[in-house]
Amino acid sequence: MTHHSRPSTQEHYVAPFDDVTSFEELKDAPPPAKFKLTFMGKIGAVVVTFWVLIALLGPFIAPLGENELPFPDAYSEFQAPQPGAWLGTDVDDRDVLSRLMFGASRTLGIAFAATIIAYFFGVILGIGAIVAGPKVDLVVSRINDAFMSLPTIMLGLVVVAAVGSSIPILILTAGFIYTTVVFRLARGIGMDIIVMDYVEAAKVRGDGIWWIVTREIWPNAAMPLISDFGLRLIIVILFISSLGFLGLGVQPPQADWGSMVRENLGALQYGESYLPVIAPAVAIATLTVGINLVVDDISSHAGRKLSGRM
Amino acid sequence: MMDDIVFQAKNLQIHAMRDDGSELPIVKGVDFKVHRGEVVALIGESGSGKTTISLSALGYCKPGLKFAGGQAELLGQDLTNMTTDALRPLRGQRVAYLAQSAAATFNPALKINEQVTEAPVIHGTKTQNDANLRALELYRALELPNADTIGDRYPHQVSGGQLQRLMAAMALCGDPDLLVLDEPTTALDVTTQIEVLKAFKKVIRDEGAAAIYVTHDLALVAQIADYIVVLYNGEIKEKGPTDVIINNPQHPYTKRLIAASRLEPQTQHSAQEQPAEIEPPALTTTQIDAGYGPTKDGRPLVQILHDVDLSVQRGQTVGVIGESGSGKSTLARVVAGLLPPASGSVVLADETLPPALAQRNRDQLRRIQFVYQMADTALNPRQRIRDILGRPLEFYTGVSGREKKDKIDELLEMVDLPKSFAGRYPHELSGGQKQRVNLARALAASPDVILCDEVTSALDSIVGANVIALLKDLRERTGIASVFISHDLSTVASYAEHLVVLYAGRVVESGLTHQVLSNPQHPYTRLLIASVPEMRIGWLEDAAKARITPTGTSDNKFSTASGCPFMPRCPMVIDNVCSRVTPPRRQANPGSNHGFACHHDVNALAVETVSPESHQI
Repeated sequence: MTHHSRPSTQEHYVAPFDDVTSFEELKDAPPPAKFKLTFMGKIGAVVVTFWVLIALLGPFIAPLGENELPFPDAYSEFQAPQPGAWLGTDVDDRDVLSRLMFGASRTLGIAFAATIIAYFFGVILGIGAIVAGPKVDLVVSRINDAFMSLPTIMLGLVVVAAVGSSIPILILTAGFIYTTVVFRLARGIGMDIIVMDYVEAAKVRGDGIWWIVTREIWPNAAMPLISDFGLRLIIVILFISSLGFLGLGVQPPQADWGSMVRENLGALQYGESYLPVIAPAVAIATLTVGINLVVDDISSHAGRKLSGRM
Repeated sequence: MMDDIVFQAKNLQIHAMRDDGSELPIVKGVDFKVHRGEVVALIGESGSGKTTISLSALGYCKPGLKFAGGQAELLGQDLTNMTTDALRPLRGQRVAYLAQSAAATFNPALKINEQVTEAPVIHGTKTQNDANLRALELYRALELPNADTIGDRYPHQVSGGQLQRLMAAMALCGDPDLLVLDEPTTALDVTTQIEVLKAFKKVIRDEGAAAIYVTHDLALVAQIADYIVVLYNGEIKEKGPTDVIINNPQHPYTKRLIAASRLEPQTQHSAQEQPAEIEPPALTTTQIDAGYGPTKDGRPLVQILHDVDLSVQRGQTVGVIGESGSGKSTLARVVAGLLPPASGSVVLADETLPPALAQRNRDQLRRIQFVYQMADTALNPRQRIRDILGRPLEFYTGVSGREKKDKIDELLEMVDLPKSFAGRYPHELSGGQKQRVNLARALAASPDVILCDEVTSALDSIVGANVIALLKDLRERTGIASVFISHDLSTVASYAEHLVVLYAGRVVESGLTHQVLSNPQHPYTRLLIASVPEMRIGWLEDAAKARITPTGTSDNKFSTASGCPFMPRCPMVIDNVCSRVTPPRRQANPGSNHGFACHHDVNALAVETVSPESHQI
């Protein structure tokens, strides 16, 4: 083998330079972008805001009471939209619009409360399990797996059938069921973070568990967990609505979207309009899609952050 | 030859698209040519655009980037405005890409041969039979062991260095006109790198292939390239034939790059033969045995460290050097208390430290600080610099408010960062700046000893050289003792007065840096020193000639309770002795603390001479 066989025939070029050129160190990565909603995300945000406002204000601004009849003097089941009942009337002659607004606060309220519970216990247990060490983690995880293996709707049915249906029971049941899922998620996210050198650095420094969890792990876990929160909320809404549709959710005469769909099913057969069924179904659908659109934006942002951190 | 242009970039411009729709130029009008049979190196630090430019030879832009002007011509065809469908027949056939990590390139579920021959068979340029013959020819050319059967193995059944060579076979199997190599040896140990580099060079020469070689390592480039393009911030600063760039650089940036790659080893400096007897060493480890897994009979299931001694004086540095898997990081973890040793002790000045972190008191923790390799993972991305530096301050010294703020400013000043950085998050800083913050956090505890684990390995040469300069300065100002762990001998040698060479968890040689470098005794130390690329054209060939082990690979190292771990690679094994008896520790010179562990004594080792070049770094 020769040393340098072929001297290059190409030219030598030197870029022009000043005598005092300094070469700043190049940034290796652009700073992460600020969080911004995309066009679809904005649409989602508008829809979600709309429903949240309805849920908050609905009971106060609804044209009629939850069980008030717009036409008390007439036999008025499944009427078409008309002045006084803008979305028509339901199976028991009540105003669909008013019930939809009352139902919004109940459906969203239950789902929100249940999701908060699921997050509260799921995150504490999930992050607690990894911080507490492999043995505790193993035990808690297997117990969690056992509960997770139960089909959610079946579990809900059994609980409601056994204890009876009330709003607190619904919230606790949904909260418990989804705690198992959030546990998994929080544990997974926490596992990725706890192996980071900055966590080890805190341990080597002598910092306690409380500091490590609240200052080192939590701030980094929060973003991905928040993006999942919205998703979990949707699933809980669908769960509550499914139970409602099966007659095991919110009990009549109280309104919630799922049970509204069920009690008005007759409108599809002999109503003047389909609206008593369609309206709550559309409400569930738009809210679900709206939250999804916003969550998409948040999670793609969080994803970028995550990958930037690795 | 002038007309035989394989690839040409003509005023090539590539822009990044930002979220707000504006464009950021990444490559700002780059011109260069690659002739048939020529290796052109693109060299620059990270962020210089070298990888982006090299990918343009495949007509590819990373997501978020786009061709904004100029041409990237492969065999006269402009690739910048071609559709993916039009590019497909070119890729893998006319041009092939060799990535940095072979482990990530090979599919672990398929046999090697299947993957090596895939491209030409899929493109229809070769039958499976022809492709197999071609692959075999390449395995032989690349000097792979068991060339006839290696193709039948799965990727995990061969070593990292072999896989890297197999990736070259994969790229060359379809007889491409152009080869794009992106840092193909960066992930390898030096002793493995030299074999791979040699094989690459031979095969590129023999095949007459043209190649674009992307790297940040000038010493490597000097071995393999015919022509060098120096990039900075997306612009060509200088380009020319290798010998001109290496020996007669004109542009100040090229000069700095070369200066940063030529680190001077520590000479006598502050290191006396017997330093300050009066003072006990700042840190001593004695007979450390450590490892992972459950312990049985006082020994861990997987023992990593055997009998490791180390000591460092105040104001001095001991460099711990070894390849991946040598146990150097494990040693740091033992000292830091993260891994309690199975036996042996860690002594801090006059006080023996409890083995486990939890048993050490706050002051003991304060006195040893750990500096991590990757500032990216060592700094919490959700904390501002002032919180990152403030925590150790308040934790160890209890300062707060105004006083804490002043201390933070002082720390930032110590590591040459502006005070305004206190309010920033880590991602708003460059790699070198983050590493300075990382260092400042360790200094915040006013420690007696800092453990630096590969602190410059992830940095570009210029930036790394600056961090070393800063460490030297801090050592002088604060009298801190440091343990500097690295796989890079030239970096260690430029900073540490003492060297400890680890192999498979055992100290094979130790002593003052200049003694170890000028008079290496252990065959492994010799191999290591001879493997560090010199920035000199023709070094590779000289080193290959002078090599004391013909085909050394670092993958078959073993770690046993007795015997010499280097035995499988050693050229001077004594039958029935090296495999069974742990080598005795010998002195290189009477009265010095330059020692080594070998069954051969100094005189026997002297017979096995090493060529003079390999004594230099």
